[in-house]
Amino acid sequence: MIQESVAAARIVDARGSVCPGPLMALIGAVREQGVGDVIAVYSTDTGSRKDIPLWVQKAGHELVGTYDRGGYTEFVVRKKR
Amino acid sequence: MKRVVILGGGVGGTIVANLLARKVKDAHVTVVDRTGKHVYQPGFLYVAFGRMKPERLVRDERTLLHRRVKLVLGDAARVDAKAKEVILQDGDAIPYHYLVIATGAEIVPDGIPGHQAAHQFYSIHGALRLREALRSFPGGHIVVAIGGVPYKCPPAPAEAACLLDYHFAKLGRREKVRIHYLSPLGRVFPIESFSPKVQELFERKGVKYTTFFNVERVDPIAKVVHSLEGESIPFDLLILVPPHRGVAFAKASGLADAGGWIPTDKHTLEVKGHEGSIWALGDATDIPISKSGAAAHFEAKVVAKNVAARLRGQTPTARYGGRVFCFFDAGFRRASALRFDYGHSPPPMAVSRRWYLGKMLMNRLYWTLIPKARA
Repeated sequence: MIQESVAAARIVDARGSVCPGPLMALIGAVREQGVGDVIAVYSTDTGSRKDIPLWVQKAGHELVGTYDRGGYTEFVVRKKR
Repeated sequence: MKRVVILGGGVGGTIVANLLARKVKDAHVTVVDRTGKHVYQPGFLYVAFGRMKPERLVRDERTLLHRRVKLVLGDAARVDAKAKEVILQDGDAIPYHYLVIATGAEIVPDGIPGHQAAHQFYSIHGALRLREALRSFPGGHIVVAIGGVPYKCPPAPAEAACLLDYHFAKLGRREKVRIHYLSPLGRVFPIESFSPKVQELFERKGVKYTTFFNVERVDPIAKVVHSLEGESIPFDLLILVPPHRGVAFAKASGLADAGGWIPTDKHTLEVKGHEGSIWALGDATDIPISKSGAAAHFEAKVVAKNVAARLRGQTPTARYGGRVFCFFDAGFRRASALRFDYGHSPPPMAVSRRWYLGKMLMNRLYWTLIPKARA
């Protein structure tokens, strides 16, 4: 895992989101941002640790890092296509 | 006398207006609405299946508002937060002391190339067109897919898949129809704790599902839907949830993010950067909760309390905890219910006749109870 910080073009604060959930918020942001942009998603949903890396891999983007921020997890994703 | 302006006469805006008119007698409350028509959107799905008449979904907003609430028919062009004015498209300016934005979400079918080959049930017109297509459908492959997130009422497309099964079973043509549900997530339903129940329903009903399928475009000639993830699925009839965005005036006013959603404090429901003067609720906001009347209903009560406190010169204390209560129609006159908030996933609830009756009762009693803030 890469640990250095990457400047995010977009921060999606999905803490507390149950429905529709952090992955939906990330997918929405990926649609709106340009290729090469970095998006940070904050999540308190335990399912995100499984969901977000799986989707990022399936959709062909890059998971730059997953960071435990004490009380929530930050996922940093680069849009690749 | 203080002036409160509420933009949008949907469920959220109407409840705020009625509660304020009842709670605070010495304030001017004005609702600005584009059409003056209030639409009960959960009925769209039932129109598509020929189970509700479209006229049952629409009432004049005036008939739902407290007599002390003024209704202005107009389209907001922008908000001048500095001058505390709403400028309408016709140039009129409406001054306010406190502003509530409840303008909802717009559907943007054009966001998906080839969408003309698809049906949708996110407008009365779309629901009626789908009703005709289902009536004349000879059999084949029906695909239910999602054209963008966020979208209104996250359970609706999964309900549509269940109701397709019920519809064609009733007609005695179920064996001629294959139903395929394409979920944008890694599971069939947005809420993790309820997803196994929906998956079990799909398996029992013979509804095929594919996960991680976010629609990118539709090929209307080949009749194939393609995903952001690189998959392609053929269809004979495609029901596509259209992409949504916030209404344009919020962006023109510098109040919205890239998707047109208004950055809003998820607890106080104040618009960020305009605390104490502008609130937003419902589908128009960026708060991490489902875009639905079932959320706006509870948010409206918090906004009304906080605006009323300001009008009385008190400090607002009401906070929205993310409360939502909605139903899931599973077909065959059975339904479940979902109750959750920011801190709690919905507990598993049975799929039963009781919740179905609850949903049908809501379809009937909505006009009496909800916009008039009696429940």
